[in-house]
Amino acid sequence: MRKVAENKYLIFLGCAVPYRVSGYEISARKMLQKLGVELVEMPEFNCCGLPMDPVSHEMMLILAARNLALAEQKGLNILTLCPGCAGTLKKVNKMLKEDVALREEINRHLKEAGLEFKGTVEAKHFMQVLIEDIGLEKVKNAVVKPLTMLKVAEHNGCHILRPKEFIGFDDPEDPKTLKTLIEATGATCLDYMDETECCGAPSVGVNDKIALQLARDKLNHIKSVEAQALITICPFCHIMYDTNELRIEKMFNETYSIPVLHYPQLLGLAMGIQPEELAFNDLRVDSSQIIKRVAEGVK
Amino acid sequence: MTEAEKKPIKASEIDPTFKYEIAKMHGGEKLMRCFQCGTCTSDCPVARFSDTYRPRQIIRMAQFGLRERVLSSDTLWLCAACFTCTDRCPQDVEVASVIRVLRNLAVEKGYVQQVFKEQGASILESGYAYKIPDLRIKKRESLGLPPLPIGNPESIRKTLSQLGFLKCIENKGEKSG
Repeated sequence: MRKVAENKYLIFLGCAVPYRVSGYEISARKMLQKLGVELVEMPEFNCCGLPMDPVSHEMMLILAARNLALAEQKGLNILTLCPGCAGTLKKVNKMLKEDVALREEINRHLKEAGLEFKGTVEAKHFMQVLIEDIGLEKVKNAVVKPLTMLKVAEHNGCHILRPKEFIGFDDPEDPKTLKTLIEATGATCLDYMDETECCGAPSVGVNDKIALQLARDKLNHIKSVEAQALITICPFCHIMYDTNELRIEKMFNETYSIPVLHYPQLLGLAMGIQPEELAFNDLRVDSSQIIKRVAEGVK
Repeated sequence: MTEAEKKPIKASEIDPTFKYEIAKMHGGEKLMRCFQCGTCTSDCPVARFSDTYRPRQIIRMAQFGLRERVLSSDTLWLCAACFTCTDRCPQDVEVASVIRVLRNLAVEKGYVQQVFKEQGASILESGYAYKIPDLRIKKRESLGLPPLPIGNPESIRKTLSQLGFLKCIENKGEKSG
């Protein structure tokens, strides 16, 4: 078996990031580069398969396995920005490794294109890479400008944690990793009600009202603890809270003005990277107060 | 519950083989273990804001063999796939996966929402589930981002060529639910 390189990953962008959330990609690449992580682009791309699971489980399995087979050819582990991609690739990797009959069936499909799944690489979300491969100490050491002036809230999202049996990362009922990584920047991470609830994104397009009610409920709880910003690690959750915040305010006659930052933007600031380089301009909700606080060091 | 689902159940509607069919599919294996405790519904974030979506009820309908009722139901498509129900089920039923199995079966019957056909077609065409605007692709260089990896439609199509769903994507005129 070929040995998989350390600190070098195939970056799997997914569909949502290049489609609508480039600020996430820009800030993540800056942050990872500064932490000494080498990123290699996928040789070719197809969707992780998750969006197709509701209509054809088999299509999801084939699409995910195809990506894993491509990564195996490169001999590199996959790093994703989207928890949905990470969850899907992890789940399918585990299923195909453990179920020989299923692996053979999926390999029959892959063979049509000269590919084969062997089960020699791993897929991880960048947050898992930070905590498991790079390590908390190294993240803390990279902080040159502790963000002790900020009080923020976190939103993990679902697919980074659930279903627990397949993801096997952190505790879905009481997740700690993102909080720990936020606190590593020097910022305070506030607790709030229903922290682990879904943002509603998957219901957009099926029933927008329910989707936005879910996001509103969370924004209400986040507002009530007076968080200065919300920190996300998922492109879909970010769209729900940032892109849709104004829409939610109008629909339900609420006022939030809570900036929604990608975690790499927060860590990036603490690492001394300039806001312009971290695509703060890309955020829909005004984040100038955050930048001002950090620049002036005002609590 | 929707009005259609409130209708009295007729014996002729019941298909006792339905639950076995579900239990044969990935994720549906533990359907019969459900003892209707309601943990799934009470913890479901969507059920909190929906008057019709009740995972427990969907599971019961599946156990009863109400094939047509459950497969034609719009509420089947409200699950956000957050997997809270799956993680909290005391009987270890993969509730969200049973719902996914039911959706897959609904699609085979022709109940498929347009959004999935569009995403499927986009994946076949470009590899991406959404059509990435040309402007965004061009803008990447000025943003300091490497070129976007491109899809290999020919290869993707080959790996999916044996799937029934491929026909569904390509037959745009088919019945949609």
